[in-house]
Amino acid sequence: MTLKLGLPSKGRLMDKAFDWFGDRGCAIALSGGAREYAAAMEGQPDVEVVLLSAGEIPRELAAGRIHLGVTGTDMVRERIGHWQDAVAQIAPLGFGQADLVIAVPQFWVDVTGLDDLDAAAAAFRAQHGHRLRIATKYHRLVREFLRAAGVADYQLVDSQGATEGTVKNETAEAIADITSTGETLRANHLRILDCEPILRSQATLWRARAGDWDGGAREIWQSLAGKLGLDPKR
Amino acid sequence: MTPIASNLAAQRAAAAYVSAIFASAGALPIEADVLQPAGTLLDLYGEDIRARAYVTSDPMRGELMLRPDFTVPAVLGHLESAQGMMRYTYSGAVFRKQEDDPDRPAEFLQVGYEVMGAEDAAAADAEVFALVKRALGHAPVRAAIGDIGLLRAATQGLQTTERRKRALLRHLWRPRRYRALMERFGGSAAVPAGREALLAALRGSSAAALVAAAGPQNGKRRAGEVEARLLALAEDAETPPIPERELRMIEDLLAVRDNPRAALERLRDIAVDMPVIEPAVERLALRLSALEAQGVDLDVIEFETTFGRSSMEYYDGFVFGFYAGSRADLPPVASGGRYDALTAALGRPVPAVGGVIRPDVLAALGAGGSI
Repeated sequence: MTLKLGLPSKGRLMDKAFDWFGDRGCAIALSGGAREYAAAMEGQPDVEVVLLSAGEIPRELAAGRIHLGVTGTDMVRERIGHWQDAVAQIAPLGFGQADLVIAVPQFWVDVTGLDDLDAAAAAFRAQHGHRLRIATKYHRLVREFLRAAGVADYQLVDSQGATEGTVKNETAEAIADITSTGETLRANHLRILDCEPILRSQATLWRARAGDWDGGAREIWQSLAGKLGLDPKR
Repeated sequence: MTPIASNLAAQRAAAAYVSAIFASAGALPIEADVLQPAGTLLDLYGEDIRARAYVTSDPMRGELMLRPDFTVPAVLGHLESAQGMMRYTYSGAVFRKQEDDPDRPAEFLQVGYEVMGAEDAAAADAEVFALVKRALGHAPVRAAIGDIGLLRAATQGLQTTERRKRALLRHLWRPRRYRALMERFGGSAAVPAGREALLAALRGSSAAALVAAAGPQNGKRRAGEVEARLLALAEDAETPPIPERELRMIEDLLAVRDNPRAALERLRDIAVDMPVIEPAVERLALRLSALEAQGVDLDVIEFETTFGRSSMEYYDGFVFGFYAGSRADLPPVASGGRYDALTAALGRPVPAVGGVIRPDVLAALGAGGSI
């Protein structure tokens, strides 16, 4: 029996996740070549490191195919319905911080908050004959947020990348995306709405509530948690 | 306790029983495709419908939705082909995502009855309610009714600008947003942060200069639209607040909750100070009389001004629901109302009222012709 730990398979998120475990005496290293998606935790043969796309880690956790996983709060909340029932949040890891925000063109001086966005959407729809389009990949989070705020007359359009460019290309009038510094938004002449972000996200260690925890996995986790200085009961 | 959706045979029997009653009232049986074009529904309900309905697509037809109800296709069929008054009935599965409550079924039967094009609104309202009630037989249910037309009339009659009334009417079905707007327009809520600074800037320079200085134009919303809204904001800042007594009257109106006759008296009292709602109150009076003429006992019904308000967008008059008295876990066994606003939004203002029964809930109550 091994404990399966899902980690992001590339980029800064992977490096930072490796560092986080390494800093706590559980060094992780790629085990094959640099291009091979295989890694291992030193001195912990009973922990199996599984490298996955950060976006797929929520699904694997929810299904219980991995016991632990590192991915952003944004991914878990967007992709798992009733996420509290599917995963337990063990610890925020202090990196990968980003806010999910709504941004509009800078020259929309009449739109500062959500009330303005709602009013502008009504006028836009009357003028153009279609709803004001907001480009995003976070459909569920954005929809729930705007519904709670009572914003109407908008529609979401899917954008899986280069979302900031959709406004200039006139495939959307506004965007909802993850940002850490806001630099890309400013470079594309967009401004963040003056309201709390939809979500403050950061890389987080999660535990699957489903999955096979009997036959050893629970004990391996308890010993690993001790090493990492985490609460083994979470 | 009988779990919902586990007894298909009983549900089908209940559906057949209800269908027969609706058909015997002279309704024309109609069908609707399970796959509905998503565009119409998205246009009507916006993103909210995506949270409730299953969306799928294919490369030829684009986005499609598994029918979340029969009302929209029934209205479209009527607008396309029928003139005058028609009664329709249908029976079939509808599909609803249950993101908030995974225990509720995502697919269930609906049997409906719709009256379109009837001149006498009170009589048609009463006909639908009485027929739905009859089809529920001896099922242990309680009924609630409401009338969204009262709040609409009161809002239209407020002493304020057309722009503010339009903003309020747009959010008639979103109680929290409606209230927030009321507080703003009544002067009790603070002006949003940044608005004061914006208005000050607007006093010192033209709207066009302000917009031009803020950044390059990008996107489909043009500078002219931003300038137009700036002028509207400046005008709104000069608008006097909605008088305190009108806000209180709206509160009074929304608080009415009683048996229908007592509620009517209360509404008539309110209408003395708020004559704009008088026609809507008299429509309610006519409806109550029509219900009694249909043999409905008003004493066992509760009236609530706000009934159905947050869940029945486009229902703009009479609304009703039947609930399993002893089973708070079950969804309403029947619901319906007048949706003139829906037919208008779909192309032609045709008076329309209807109701649906859920045979699965009926069967879970052990009813539907079986008792």
